[in-house]
Amino acid sequence: MARAPSLLAVGRAQLERDLRLVWRRRGDAAQPLLFALIVVALFPLALGSGATMLARIAPGVVWVAVLLAGLLTLDSLFRSDLEDGSLEQLLLSPAPLAWLIAMRVLVHWLVTALPLLLATPLFAELLQLPRPLLVPLMLSLAVGTPLLSLVGAIVAALTVGIRRSGMLLAVLALPLFVPVLVFGSGAVVAASQGLPWSGAIYLLAAGLALALVLVPLAAAAALRIALS
Amino acid sequence: MTRTSVLSRIILWFNQTGSPPNFDRFAARWTPWAFGFAVVAMAVGAWGALATVPADYQQGENFRILYIHVPCAWMSLFVFVAMAIQAFIALVWRIKACEILAMACAPIGAAFTLVTLVTGSIWGKPTWGTWWTWDPRLTSELVLLFLYVGVIGLNNAIEDRRAAARAASFLALVGVINVPIVHFAVQWWNTLHQGETVRLIGPSKLDSSMLWPLIAMTLGTKAWFVGSLLQRARAANLENEAPKDWARAAVEASA
Repeated sequence: MARAPSLLAVGRAQLERDLRLVWRRRGDAAQPLLFALIVVALFPLALGSGATMLARIAPGVVWVAVLLAGLLTLDSLFRSDLEDGSLEQLLLSPAPLAWLIAMRVLVHWLVTALPLLLATPLFAELLQLPRPLLVPLMLSLAVGTPLLSLVGAIVAALTVGIRRSGMLLAVLALPLFVPVLVFGSGAVVAASQGLPWSGAIYLLAAGLALALVLVPLAAAAALRIALS
Repeated sequence: MTRTSVLSRIILWFNQTGSPPNFDRFAARWTPWAFGFAVVAMAVGAWGALATVPADYQQGENFRILYIHVPCAWMSLFVFVAMAIQAFIALVWRIKACEILAMACAPIGAAFTLVTLVTGSIWGKPTWGTWWTWDPRLTSELVLLFLYVGVIGLNNAIEDRRAAARAASFLALVGVINVPIVHFAVQWWNTLHQGETVRLIGPSKLDSSMLWPLIAMTLGTKAWFVGSLLQRARAANLENEAPKDWARAAVEASA
């Protein structure tokens, strides 16, 4: 009997495959960025371009835009793999499913959240966010977006067998995203009021540490339930 | 009698009651009792709330809506916990009856949550001067409603009944972890935003003459939940077992 490959080798193979797939369809990968940019641009159009008002709502708008962009791509987390049958191969693979899912979530974060994070200074500038608030905004997004990707993976795994899951996915994910949004956006609001804001970031980081351990296991269980 | 035999008797009782025909008989037998008790308790409670309790010196007659609002608010959380416990049993021991019961909980809990939000809104208008405020409790209750809607939606979206119940049960377990986190987050968020601080009169501060109708209403809503749960679970159970002879006989007998 052949020995199972090591976790690292499996993880690297999975990462390479997923990233190559994304690279082959670069146009699709740019969509979340474009979407977030559009959402950000809609707010000044809807509310007027007063600089003080924009500066006040900027943290919330950037956070909501990033959250919605992540939500939009959540469905693709396992969907294409289900359609071409490779999801069943993942389930049958000797490597632990939770580990493979963790790699998949990492790819999701690299592809959707990281570009958004890099574009955040641009968004902040568009919304006249005061320069000193950029640090808390970037920090809260850096800690919060992996958490969103992880929590979203559970929901995506549960709904993978459902054909039209768009709206349902949003309804399921929203209550789970509420605490992340509250602490992430709240940290920046606290900073803008001159209050201490690092506490919220620490709480997000604690949540991230917990989610990094537990979510892959939960998502693996959810995937087995959805495909049983 | 030794302990193991007590335990095995309990397990035996569970498995026997959990089998679809026995569950149907069990539910058909106890549903009217639960509903009967609920109606009596709620009628007594409503009479007490409307006729015997004196009007509040600050809120006048408005506060009487408390006797609907507070029991429903308690039930909205209680039902979620009950659903999560049954979901846990359903996922771990794969007991069919618990899958059905867990899924039957969701619409009832959603209804209690909706009643809580609506009565709270009606109460808020004369008391706070607004239909809605982003108070931590209101916000948590709204998120709770979304959680219920998610469980119901997921359960309806999957074709196969057992797979649907298992997926939605898993979501209920995730949700029950989420509820306290949301509550904590929203409380922190509210202190940050310095919203108008609104205070409901806490039930603990109620005078004992005002308390007994509340207890009656609480018992009434609990019994109503049990009756409603058994009725819904029985209907779902019969639907799942429709091709079988006993199910046909049971439907014809009660029709």
